[in-house]
Amino acid sequence: MAFDLFLQHLSNGISLGSLYALIAIGYTMVYGILRLINFAHGDIFMMATYFAFFGIVTFHIPWYITFPLVLVLTAALGIGVEATAYRPLREAPKISILISAIGASFFLENLTIVLFGGVPKPFPAPKLFTDVVQVGSVSIQKLTFYIPVVTVISLLGLVYLINKTKTGMAMRAVSMDQETARVMGININHTIAFTFGLGSFLAAVGGIMWGMKFPQIQPLMGVIPGLKCFIAAVIGGIGNIGGAVIGGFILGIGEIMLVAFLPNLTGYRDAFAFILLILILLYKPTGILGEKTAEKV
Amino acid sequence: MSMLKLEDVSMWFGGVAALKNFNLEVSQGEIVGLIGPNGAGKTTVFNIITGVYKPSRGKVYFLDREITGLRPDLITKAGIARTFQNIRLFKGLSVMENVLIAHHLHLKANYLEAILKLPGYRREERRMREESLALLERVGLADLRNERASALSYGMQRRLEIARALATNPKLLLLDEPAAGMNPKEAEDLTEFIKELRTEFDLSILLIEHHMDVVLNISKRIYVLDYGVMIASGRPEEVQNNQRVIEAYLGVNEDAED
Repeated sequence: MAFDLFLQHLSNGISLGSLYALIAIGYTMVYGILRLINFAHGDIFMMATYFAFFGIVTFHIPWYITFPLVLVLTAALGIGVEATAYRPLREAPKISILISAIGASFFLENLTIVLFGGVPKPFPAPKLFTDVVQVGSVSIQKLTFYIPVVTVISLLGLVYLINKTKTGMAMRAVSMDQETARVMGININHTIAFTFGLGSFLAAVGGIMWGMKFPQIQPLMGVIPGLKCFIAAVIGGIGNIGGAVIGGFILGIGEIMLVAFLPNLTGYRDAFAFILLILILLYKPTGILGEKTAEKV
Repeated sequence: MSMLKLEDVSMWFGGVAALKNFNLEVSQGEIVGLIGPNGAGKTTVFNIITGVYKPSRGKVYFLDREITGLRPDLITKAGIARTFQNIRLFKGLSVMENVLIAHHLHLKANYLEAILKLPGYRREERRMREESLALLERVGLADLRNERASALSYGMQRRLEIARALATNPKLLLLDEPAAGMNPKEAEDLTEFIKELRTEFDLSILLIEHHMDVVLNISKRIYVLDYGVMIASGRPEEVQNNQRVIEAYLGVNEDAED
């Protein structure tokens, strides 16, 4: 019995970790290329769930058309945020662009409140995904299995794109040395925009599945997951995509296990991530896979 | 035909003039040297030509078209490539990838074609790989194509930088101290190599160099900068015997070496 229960918690932890991983990648990619923490990333994730809501509930578009549409729209939103909030500040001091990121985050949150209201809305999850199956003595939502599968497929696609395509090569080159990349004929603006689009696309994949798993959406729902995924990226070593995935899983599984085995600590669920962040910053500030970077003079 | 022309170019950083009313011209097929003591503004000239800096005043023409302040990637596309004084390879990428990335700008295929792997894209990609490999063979690094760039020896990294620059298919090549850190024999080999490349790839070359043997041997004309001001220009033997140049640069340098 206890083992069954453990498996149930584990599968929950893996699916939560998958979602964290998908969102954390967006933070880490943007950091890798711009050395910027994109604070608006959690809100872009939130917007994805609203896009899905309007597609399915308001416009009655079938989910299999809505979801791909959501991915494209969210990617476009990410590119839009970069073009309006970050690109004009490319030459400005780092602190200005960081403040702009916080501003972009507040803007998206409040825009959503003004346009769609602050009242939570039910996420229209297709029944296909929310069905419950009985495995032995435990009942698990089908979604719990789908989430890791979709995540793995997305990650494989990402790895292929970054390692095998010219755009991926450009992204790696720009993250290593922006100035030299420009002199080699790479269009920096396109490459950075693509990075934001890609990160937002993955956040939308995560957002849709998040909406199905926790089927209530509201304008501030991106704040805590956003912070946690940022922490996941730091734990793994910010700038490193593999690290973000590892960090996401550590955080997701750790959080679920904490609640499962120490139920009286349930209230500290969110604190767990922050304690982990403090520990990492104290003992291994570069993160698990992060490389020591020599300060450039 | 005029390949490159700088007209009255000045560059200030804050109140400091790094370059004052500088004029320079490179003709088709010419190898031109740019020399001067450290901090004379030579690399600033390169940064202005490649669009990394926008000059405070003056104009830059490439093939009689004004390129002042144009974006670096567009200037590269127009046909100017460079190497760096302090080698700036993409150290985490493989040797092959370093060259491929420079070929990048010649690919016409868009994302959709790339994702769908349409025949046009495949053909283009194959051609790009073949050309990159040929370049690596030319600089003698083909066997090391899968190594990380950071694993190469210093001399090899210099050659890889040249191969990467050539991969952008330039008409004008800017070499920033290509012989830095080389012994006389290596410097001599490099001189021959650069001469060969010029003929093979039909290049014009502008070269910053501290090795006097290299500059005097290779350059058709030489410009001398000191504190951002051009103090002499002309054929190597003219510059070599110019009193101001000897005072500012050659004289001091030779004393230091003796």
